[in-house]
Amino acid sequence: MKETAQAAPALAGAAAYTRPAARLLPSPTPESRAFWTGGRDGKLLIYRCRGCGHFLHPPGPACWRCRSTDVGPEAVSGRATVAAVTVNRQPWVPGLPPPYAVAMVELADEPDVRLVTNVVGVAPEEVRVGMEVEVFFEPWTPEGGSADDRIWLPLFRPVAAAGGTDGAW
Amino acid sequence: MSAAGGPFGGKAVITGAGKSQVGRRLGRTGLDLTIEAVTRAIADAGLSVDDIDGIASYPGPGVPDKGFSGADTHQVRNALGLRSRWYLSAMETAGQIGPAIEACMAVTLGLANHVVVFRSVWESTAQATAGGRASVLFGGGELPPHLEYVAPFGALSAVNWLAMPAQRYMHDFGLTREQLGAIALNARHNATLNPDAIYRTPLTMQDYLSARMISEPLCLYDCDVPCDGATAVVISRREAAAGLPRHPLTVESVGTGMFERATWDQRADLTTMAAHDAAATLWERTSLSPADVDVAQLYDGFSFLTVMWLEALGFCEHGRVGEFIEGGERIALTGSLPLNTSGGQLSGGRLHGMGFLHEACVQLWGEGGDRQVPGSPEIAVVGVGGGPVGGAMLLSTR
Ligand SMILES: [Zn+2]
Repeated sequence: MKETAQAAPALAGAAAYTRPAARLLPSPTPESRAFWTGGRDGKLLIYRCRGCGHFLHPPGPACWRCRSTDVGPEAVSGRATVAAVTVNRQPWVPGLPPPYAVAMVELADEPDVRLVTNVVGVAPEEVRVGMEVEVFFEPWTPEGGSADDRIWLPLFRPVAAAGGTDGAW
Repeated sequence: MSAAGGPFGGKAVITGAGKSQVGRRLGRTGLDLTIEAVTRAIADAGLSVDDIDGIASYPGPGVPDKGFSGADTHQVRNALGLRSRWYLSAMETAGQIGPAIEACMAVTLGLANHVVVFRSVWESTAQATAGGRASVLFGGGELPPHLEYVAPFGALSAVNWLAMPAQRYMHDFGLTREQLGAIALNARHNATLNPDAIYRTPLTMQDYLSARMISEPLCLYDCDVPCDGATAVVISRREAAAGLPRHPLTVESVGTGMFERATWDQRADLTTMAAHDAAATLWERTSLSPADVDVAQLYDGFSFLTVMWLEALGFCEHGRVGEFIEGGERIALTGSLPLNTSGGQLSGGRLHGMGFLHEACVQLWGEGGDRQVPGSPEIAVVGVGGGPVGGAMLLSTR
């Protein structure tokens, strides 16, 4: 699972993010492949319903709101807001040492679509509800896999200009 | 107001309860513990194994997590040579007590006379023998579907998934760690009075506040303790229970609702859970109300889940649970709403839901010993599960 780090642009005053030695990787399904590989082109691909126009997550064969099956991946802006956060301090996975911030972020394009992710580039204790964040991608190759099997994990970091404040929720 | 007697018309009753040896790293098999609990429950009901014509359990076969399921229904049937007129195991149901609710339906419809319902775990022994925590959680290899969108980000455990709504609830409503700690301290105090509990040494608020963080804001004492053990109850058709030694406990209502998608992170309101839907359906099926409840057994796989159940069941307003539990007087054995009287899963051991139903029966039968709620409690509520898992039962001595 060794991979060269994809450099994230540096933010003024931000904590450096060091890519961990290991992560548990998903095995993409026909429905989730776009989500896990959109980062190849720098895109966060979220399923969208062409019947009602809303996004949905996790991806699936039908829209839970209007039940249309005319659904498929579409790029979103990659901007989101932290809805909840925890600093995990328990080691679960060898090669992924705590502490790290696990957050639910709500997409700017569809606030009731939440992604579970890591907010990095900031001290884990500094991540706040209401913090504005943006996506970047961390590529991984599964053990024993080839370049075709690569996946791009969508991680988030504070939006440089907006900064992060505990906003009016 | 629904019809008198609730959804089962008073026909579904609990006639016996049993518990196996409960402990850490017992080294016994899950089936061995299960048989001990099941046969004790049957004997407690004054029945013989041959009287049992139904069996039900959570979760049934096929769960990869080591120690999560001590035995499935057929293993128990085979071990005891049961002749079953009705049987079931289920995981996609109203929490870990869902099969007990199904058993109420079975006896009400006359599909069976006496159903033994069990839940068994051997998670403590599993963790001692498996290759690390991650391998216990999913057995290694390919990630199962429920972990696909969380495990890559190191959110491997339910403690991570529930710490986030707990943090959001604290952010929105000002619940403090000291207030949340009242749940853990209450459980520990009750456990000191329960000879079967795992952790029986007193716990102070200072101990709680200085404990190691697992996933903020949840510390070690906000998490339940994995154990080995099994619990069982016998649910009977009221007519078939005539002449049995115990006063039958009436199942007044059950909470089985689930109004949103079953996920840990997409519910519209992050500060509510499936517990709220289960609780809503519990009360719409009975003329009883929260004010009638004498004792509450509310799931504490994590302390924050008990908080969710307290407000879901209407014991306090949404967002106001902090002041309700602060100081712990209301939820103490001598308080207005005695809570988790056996020590819950936090201090009693993670019997995974069914331990709460067992303890509700013990309290209504007045057999709690040193931890017995004074004044002969007549109505008990049980709420189990967290996140997208939730089920509730309301029991009475009526
Ligand atoms: Zn739609």
